Amino acid sequence: MAEKVLMKGNEAFAEAVIRGGCRYYFGYPITPQSEIPEYMSRELAERGGTFLQAESELGAINMAYGCGAAGGSCFISSSSPGIALMQEGMSFLASAEVPAVLLNVSRCGPGIGGIQPGQADYFQVTRGGGNGDYRIPVFAPSTIQEAVDILYEAPSMADYWRNPVMILADGIMGQMMEPVVLPEPKAPLLPGDVPKVKPWAASGSGYKENRSVVKSLRLKPEDLEVHVEKLYEKYAQAEKELVRYECIGLEDADIVFTAFGTMARLIHEVIELLAKEGIKAGMIRPISLWPFPYEAFDRIESKTKVVISAELSMGQMLQDVKMGVCGRFPVELIHRTGGIIPTSLEVAEKAKKILEGLK
Amino acid sequence: MKPVFTYTKGMLPVSTSYCPGCTHGIAHRLIMECLEEKGKLGDTIGVAPIGCSVLAHQFMNIDMCEAAHGRAPAVASGIRRAQPDRIVFTYQGDGDLASIGMAEIIHAAARGEHFTTFFINNCIYGMTGGQMAPTTLLGQRSTTSVNGRTKEQAGAPIRVSELIATLEGAVFVERVSLDTPAHVRQAKKAVMKALEIQEKGLGFTFVEFLSSCPTNWGKTPADALQWMRDEMIPYYPLGNFRTPEED
Repeated sequence: MAEKVLMKGNEAFAEAVIRGGCRYYFGYPITPQSEIPEYMSRELAERGGTFLQAESELGAINMAYGCGAAGGSCFISSSSPGIALMQEGMSFLASAEVPAVLLNVSRCGPGIGGIQPGQADYFQVTRGGGNGDYRIPVFAPSTIQEAVDILYEAPSMADYWRNPVMILADGIMGQMMEPVVLPEPKAPLLPGDVPKVKPWAASGSGYKENRSVVKSLRLKPEDLEVHVEKLYEKYAQAEKELVRYECIGLEDADIVFTAFGTMARLIHEVIELLAKEGIKAGMIRPISLWPFPYEAFDRIESKTKVVISAELSMGQMLQDVKMGVCGRFPVELIHRTGGIIPTSLEVAEKAKKILEGLK
Repeated sequence: MKPVFTYTKGMLPVSTSYCPGCTHGIAHRLIMECLEEKGKLGDTIGVAPIGCSVLAHQFMNIDMCEAAHGRAPAVASGIRRAQPDRIVFTYQGDGDLASIGMAEIIHAAARGEHFTTFFINNCIYGMTGGQMAPTTLLGQRSTTSVNGRTKEQAGAPIRVSELIATLEGAVFVERVSLDTPAHVRQAKKAVMKALEIQEKGLGFTFVEFLSSCPTNWGKTPADALQWMRDEMIPYYPLGNFRTPEED
């Protein structure tokens, strides 16, 4: 039986990704995720890995790119404005098909914004701030255990898809403590085994006919179109295989909430509060934000009166919720922003008003 | 018959994309010759930049990786972590290294990263068509300094080797020129020395090549080489700025 321990989110995330096989971390301090570089600087050297504090987030993502291109399994973390700086690199990684695990412990914006938790990076992580046609799988866990499980799996997933994989956990997830069961450590890939396991990597492994060139530049339009279409065949497969979500109490529900991460935790309480007043509510909880679980919305029963997207932003996931609902039900938004987390009572009151307004 | 000259195996037998009279080809060849002579072509990972040499990976016959504009030293730092026993180098122009990538090169040097940077200084942005670079000389005309660069508007050109040499992690820093056969031979010695010091793991190694750009300078290849001697070398003096004590 694996051990159960009480851990702070950020430290549990770091431990999970080490146990998942990552041995290289590149980071730059930013609130509210600075415990991650601190943890990595303590732990990685003792476990045969390398911690490197980058000069900036631009440096960190490009170190990850170089490390991944040479066959290393690497992890980088940051928070919202830092992730914005990394997005040039994410586009590069995706185009060059270099794996890496990325974590955004998000805060609120826009601009430097504030350091309190937020979910207003939804567009940033699902639509990408980098240039060009590319996609990055994004997972938004709502408990530290779920985050640990996804981060443990993420290095293998990134290697399998030869693509960056991102985990979006807001500042509350990073800063709170919860009991978690840590999985058994996987053996890391050693530098000497790279040519065998990742023959595409630029690992300097002997003078050969088919040398490895990791690149994204394709000056001929025809070549670039072929490359991008090949990437999109991969993304189409990923959309089928990586979509994850949870449906709670959709049967006979008057209200179906959609929420992820911290907001989904809160909606569990809201559902209980509404039940006490005789209002039946359920929830679709997207775990993968890309691919978004549009199919989940087909499971909403016809007697449902409204679908409410609950977000710590001005309503970004709302667009995907509307696409999932496809006009079958009214779609409303309950939100707070600026780093404010609403109380469950506040959300329940707002939901009740929305329901009454429909009558 | 005994061959008196052979092409280095380090260069692929293809035409490069460089303009007539450009000295990028010489710099490529010197680096690849040194790696071949050391028997290290198969143990090397190079990083190509953004700029005229963006296609270096199509000419250099080794494992290579592209980098975003200016980020080659960060990319090489990552490669070095994943493959600690290989020879790693970046090849960067003056816009890439001395403008957009200044933070990355300074911090890689300061950390004493065990890779070599080959820096091509031709006083101009080549690929984008002749704009002012941080290294463009005072009075030099470019498409963004049509009446000549002025100190008042753009400051004075940056002497990168001197700047890098102030950092303790940079153990070997030398500026060479590709304008004459004698200077080319001297440049090859500097490349070899930098690679040897990298192999010893002593710290960051840096070779700056003064290079020509006849197309964007609006000169013939011969006049461009003369301009290097008349204008560039006086401002960017050749020589070694740093060598490890044990050497």
